[in-house]
Amino acid sequence: MNFPSNLKYTKEHEWVLVEENIGIMGITDYAQGELGDVVFVDIDPSLSAVTKGESFGSIEAVKTVSDLYAPCSGKIIEINKLLADNPEVVNSDPYGQGWMVKIEISDLNELNDLLDAEEYKKLIGQ
Amino acid sequence: MKKTAFYPIHQKIGAKIVEFAGYLMPVQYSSIIAEHKAVRNSVGVFDVSHMGEIFIRGENALKFVQNITINDASKLFPGKVQYSAMCYPDGGIVDDLLVYKISDGEYMLVVNASNMEKDFNWMVENNLFGVELINASDDYSLLAVQGPNSKEVLTKVCQSPLEMEYYYFKYDCIADTDVLISRTGYTGELGYEIYFRGDESTAAKIWDAVFNAGKDYNIQPVGLGARDSLRLEMGYCLYGNDIDKSTNPLEAGLGWITKLNKDSFIGKDELIKVKEEGLRRKLVGFTSNEKIFPRHGYALMFSGKNIGYITSGTVSPILEKPIALGYLEVEYAFPGNKVDISIRGKEFPAEVVTLPFIKK
Repeated sequence: MNFPSNLKYTKEHEWVLVEENIGIMGITDYAQGELGDVVFVDIDPSLSAVTKGESFGSIEAVKTVSDLYAPCSGKIIEINKLLADNPEVVNSDPYGQGWMVKIEISDLNELNDLLDAEEYKKLIGQ
Repeated sequence: MKKTAFYPIHQKIGAKIVEFAGYLMPVQYSSIIAEHKAVRNSVGVFDVSHMGEIFIRGENALKFVQNITINDASKLFPGKVQYSAMCYPDGGIVDDLLVYKISDGEYMLVVNASNMEKDFNWMVENNLFGVELINASDDYSLLAVQGPNSKEVLTKVCQSPLEMEYYYFKYDCIADTDVLISRTGYTGELGYEIYFRGDESTAAKIWDAVFNAGKDYNIQPVGLGARDSLRLEMGYCLYGNDIDKSTNPLEAGLGWITKLNKDSFIGKDELIKVKEEGLRRKLVGFTSNEKIFPRHGYALMFSGKNIGYITSGTVSPILEKPIALGYLEVEYAFPGNKVDISIRGKEFPAEVVTLPFIKK
């Protein structure tokens, strides 16, 4: 399993790539493996903002449904349209094509309690 | 936690293991959807050794089986298999099962792993005929080989030709081990189930023989995840989801195995009453054009009124749309009827359809 060191991670098994005040987020390699085949990614296309820690959508996999939690608060500037017809990229490329939303982060201090790759690996017992 | 004789192989090839019915079982190897398609398009192999094998022996074996199961076991002859069920006196289902007639004095009942102890105790309690009851579940392994190419693959490893009709069985020998092989399965595809006794090394030899024979067909190991989606595409019931002690076989669409005209059997009187009074609800199939994933327990609605619930659901890997089984109040349970599935507070349109979802 792969956990790039340039990403931040949440305890809810999401990753964020932060570039200045923009955060791109998705779910981790571990999360996609636990969920198994992703069938739908359900994010309201009219979603305009998210609040850290709150659910903003869900992932339907063959075995279970899982909520998506915002890793930080902010304005939604893009939702990955590829996922509507190709949800399987969440399994095949969780850190690339499988990204979910781009967030204009409203408070960078919110990122301080996210985990780095080493801490995340410890969390999942790797 | 129990392990099947194939457990070391599952570990070696990297299966994702889950606890199921007291066993450590493979839920998937690569991807549930890919494994599902391998069975529909070519051939897949399932370790289902967790299933229970109970032998009934004695001169009253048939009387015992007739009394405890709802199908007519007198129609069986040696080498024939029958799908059946056991009911409580109130008509609720103890379990669904396969009945194998070995000989006049011997039957093998194959039951769900999750019900094995309950079923065996039920049989002991209802042994009015002095038959010998042997729970041989721990001694037997069971490998299912399913898919359009299963016959070609198994012909290579069996000693005699595999000319068998659906729901027949015979004895053969695979990798120097005696096996009972039946043309049965839970997938709707051409397929076989192989019963044998033996330890992990016997199991490994049989596994290797089958996979070597299947190389040209891209044979794949298949976990419990795809087993569930395959049976659901066919509309087959799963005990614990679609049927249980609170459901009777008539409302579950199992009227075809409920032989109310045979001599007395446990549950008969109540089931006759149910039939005479008319069903209150029925297990039916649903599909939807929405992007939803129906799951066990979701409510079924009509004009805002709760009229039933989903018992099993998935997104069909073959139809690429949601499919589900569920109970509906009988006046709503007709093909073409439009109902709503309630998912986390939102309602999505769905339609009642005839089963199976996939026409074979």
